[in-house]
This record gives sequence, C-alpha cells and structure tokens, in this order.
Amino acid sequence: MSVEAKFSWNNVFEDAGNQVAFMGAFFRNLFRVGFEGNELIRQCYIIGYKSLSLTAITGFILGLVLTLQSIPTMKTFGAVSFVPAMVSISVIREIGPVIIALICSGKVASSIGAELGSMKVTEQIDALEVSGANPIQYLVVTRILACTLMIPLLTLMADALALGGGYLGANLGGHVSMLLYFNKSMQALNFSDLYPAVIKSVFFGFAIGFVGCYKGYNSNRGTESVGLAANSAVVSASLWVIILDGIAVQLTSIFAYS
Amino acid sequence: MDTVTDTAQKVAPLENAKGDKEVVIKIEHLKKSFGSNHVLDDINMELHKGENLVVLGRSGQGKSVAIKCIVGLLQPDGGSLKVFGEEVTSLNEQQLKDLRVRIGFLFQSGALYDSMTVRENLEFPITRVRKINKQSELDAAVKEVLEGVGLPDAIDKMPSDLSGGMKKRIGLARTLILKPEIMLYDEPTTGLDPITSREISKLILEMQKKYQTSSIIITHDMECARITSDRILVLNDGKFIAEGTYDELQDSKDELVRSFFK
Repeated sequence: MSVEAKFSWNNVFEDAGNQVAFMGAFFRNLFRVGFEGNELIRQCYIIGYKSLSLTAITGFILGLVLTLQSIPTMKTFGAVSFVPAMVSISVIREIGPVIIALICSGKVASSIGAELGSMKVTEQIDALEVSGANPIQYLVVTRILACTLMIPLLTLMADALALGGGYLGANLGGHVSMLLYFNKSMQALNFSDLYPAVIKSVFFGFAIGFVGCYKGYNSNRGTESVGLAANSAVVSASLWVIILDGIAVQLTSIFAYS
Repeated sequence: MDTVTDTAQKVAPLENAKGDKEVVIKIEHLKKSFGSNHVLDDINMELHKGENLVVLGRSGQGKSVAIKCIVGLLQPDGGSLKVFGEEVTSLNEQQLKDLRVRIGFLFQSGALYDSMTVRENLEFPITRVRKINKQSELDAAVKEVLEGVGLPDAIDKMPSDLSGGMKKRIGLARTLILKPEIMLYDEPTTGLDPITSREISKLILEMQKKYQTSSIIITHDMECARITSDRILVLNDGKFIAEGTYDELQDSKDELVRSFFK
C-alpha cells in the first residue's frame, strides 16, 4: 500500500470518527435545557416553505412525465387502465421520496453547508462559542430537526401533486374522468405503501440536515472551503439518500410488503 | 462619530494590599504545534488585573493562537494556562462555559452574526447567558453599550450595512454587554484607516476605564500599541523575545524589536 493510500485511509477513518462524535454532540444537545424553539421555527420556514415551489413543480412534472412515458408501453399490452395504479404505487413508494430527497440534497444541504462554512470562516461560530452560547444547540440541532420534520412533509405534498400531474398526463392523450383516475390510483394503494415511504423520508431528512451541518461546521478556514463544504454536502447527502433508500427497500420488502 | 475624547488616560494595573499586582492570566511553558509547525514554543506570560498588555509580532507568529488557547478555542499541546487561578485545560464543558462569560473576545473581523440585526446581535449573548428576557432590560443594556461605542443609531442595521470600523465597534459592544473582567482583542485595528484605527484604540482605553477590564491586545499596529499598552511583549518564532513599555522597547538593543518601531 502506498504512503498516499495509507494517508487517505487515515483520513477516511478520522472523518468517520468525527461524524460519529458530531452525531453524539447532536443527540446530547437535543435534550439539553435551552432548546432554541424560535430558531427551529425559522429554519422550518427556510427549509420547508422556501423549498415549496421547487418540490411542488418537481412532484407535478414527475407524475406527468411518468404517465406520458408509460401510456405507449402499457398500450401495447392493452393495460392502459393500469397506468394510474402503476404511477401512484411507484410515486408513493419509491420515486417521490427519493427524487424529493435528492432535490433537497441539492438545495438544502448545500445552503446549510455554505452558511455554516461561511460562519466558520468569518469566526461567527467561534464568537458563539466564546460568548457562552451553545453553537451546536443553536446552529446544528435546529437545522437537522427542521430537515427531519420538513422533508417528509414536502415529500407528501409532492406525492399528491405527482398524482395530479399523472391525471393531467392521462388527459393529454384522451379523456379520463377525475373520479375514475383517482379511484384507480387509490384502489392500488394501501396504508403499508405510505408509512414506509414517510419513515424513509424522515431518515432522508435527517441525513440531509446532518451532512449539511457536518460539512459546514467542520469546514476549513478560507473562502475556498465554503464552496468545498457546499459541494461535498450535496455529494455526500445525495449518496446517503441512495444508500438509505437501498437499505429501506430491503427492510420494507421484509416487514411491510411480505 | 468620534465619541472618544483625546483625554482617554491609561489606567494603572490594580495592586493588592501587599502591593503585588493581582494576576488574572498566568501562562507557563505553553506549547502549540500544527503538524510540524511549532507555533508556540514554551511561552510564559502573566496578565495583571487592570493592565493592558499588548502582544506584538509579525503575521503568522502565533499571537492569535495564544489568545484562542486562553478561551479554550484551541487546545495547547503542553504547559499550564491559568485564568483566575483555574487551569483552563482541565475544565469541563460547563466550567469552561462559565469561564468564557468572564472573558470577552473581539475577533479580527468583528464576527457579527450576519443573519441578525445589530440589536439581535447584542441581545443574543445576554438572553442566553444572563437569561434576561424582559424587553425593557434588554433595551437598556443594548442602549448602554451602543452609546458606549458611539453607535446608538446603528441599532436596527444589518451587519452588511456597516463599515469595517462600525463592525468592530458593534463587535466590542456585543462583548461588553456581558460585562467581562478580561478582554482579548485580536488585531482590533487591522484593515482600518489610520483615523478609525486611532478611534478604536482610544475606545479600547475608554472601555477599559469604564468596565475595569484587564486586556490582552494582539496587534502589529504600532500606533494602537502606543495608545493602549501598559506593557508590551514581542513574539517571534514561537517565543517572547522582549518585554517592556513602549518607550523601553523603542530603544531596545535588539534590531528585530526596534524594527517594529521604525
């Protein structure tokens, strides 16, 4: 093994250890006196409300495109009537949570990474620490909690709009009544399709908030590191979403759909 | 607006009944390295109560590292670091937090929280540390410190609307609102024009007089050192190479020390 490879493995293990320590600090401060409720509400507004239009448009177009792409293929099997069911199951179970989480990795994780990174560079985090305030409680706990709460809600809203997009897609090539379309969609869905997706989104939200905070809070000093923190937050958060989705699919196929 | 008068006088370090100067910070054999770079190499110093101690040195000589060790932002590699008689390196999280409340730190950039207005910046530490939430008390505390630094009209401005000198004044006000016993200034005049630098230097003296603080001022601005210092330490290659008053060091036999005064 080369010297460079040894050093890079050292860095990987050091980073993994730091992430575990950072998560420990998050959970320790989560239950500590002096919870920053107002800051949590402000972060919910920034992460949730300000991502609303992006996730809404994404969800709607997702349903629309999925329907438009499916109809020709389903037609060859004479199974067009199954399109609403196929779209609703695939959106609720898999595509909705994953796509919205990936969109939020780009928007939310990068903005948290850049914000905390620039606070680190301009010594604002040090200033919080020396003033006797608790920067983990104020900056990290609030952002991770806000992501964990808001991303499942954004996913549910995007899922609903995706079904609406699907209805529009079905109507572009012909006429399907709204009642019939949504009846077919809902008939195919069970509660066991919804709750694993929501639980999965909670973990996606936590991962996005955690990665964004970790990368920003631990960025190096220097303006270049702000960009690096934002960039690595997006890459790592997206990767974690895919990894967690792989785990969730295995677990739900064992426990929810068996 | 220059609220600092030219009559600002240095305050003599306080003496106890025996006539000894009370020590508030004592550093012995302090070492700090970053990799193979030995930034602080066995330094010793004392700060006395009511004293203004200036630490002079070229950039990258470890001046800021020394004061960051004092407030526990950096962990020293060795040596002893006592503040108010307590060994900083052996304090637990809560003890360190309690100690930090007694120490004010003015960062080089001011380090104002840029998502908050000046009022929110000033209220932030006092609501969290002193647990004061009554609006009338907060208003009074904010007004007092803002008037102290000569910027009462900046109360509702965002940090992005302030000049460099104003940011330093607000940063100083945010620190003083907790009424610290020790002030650590990290290059308070860097990046400012000579007139504003002089105003900030005089403000440091005014605030020391008003709040009875002991201060360590990290700088390479000789005008700031001349105005504020009771005593000067010169840091070079991780060691203190000279100590004395401004006038004493000006006539030093060491060429490096003298070169600061040219």
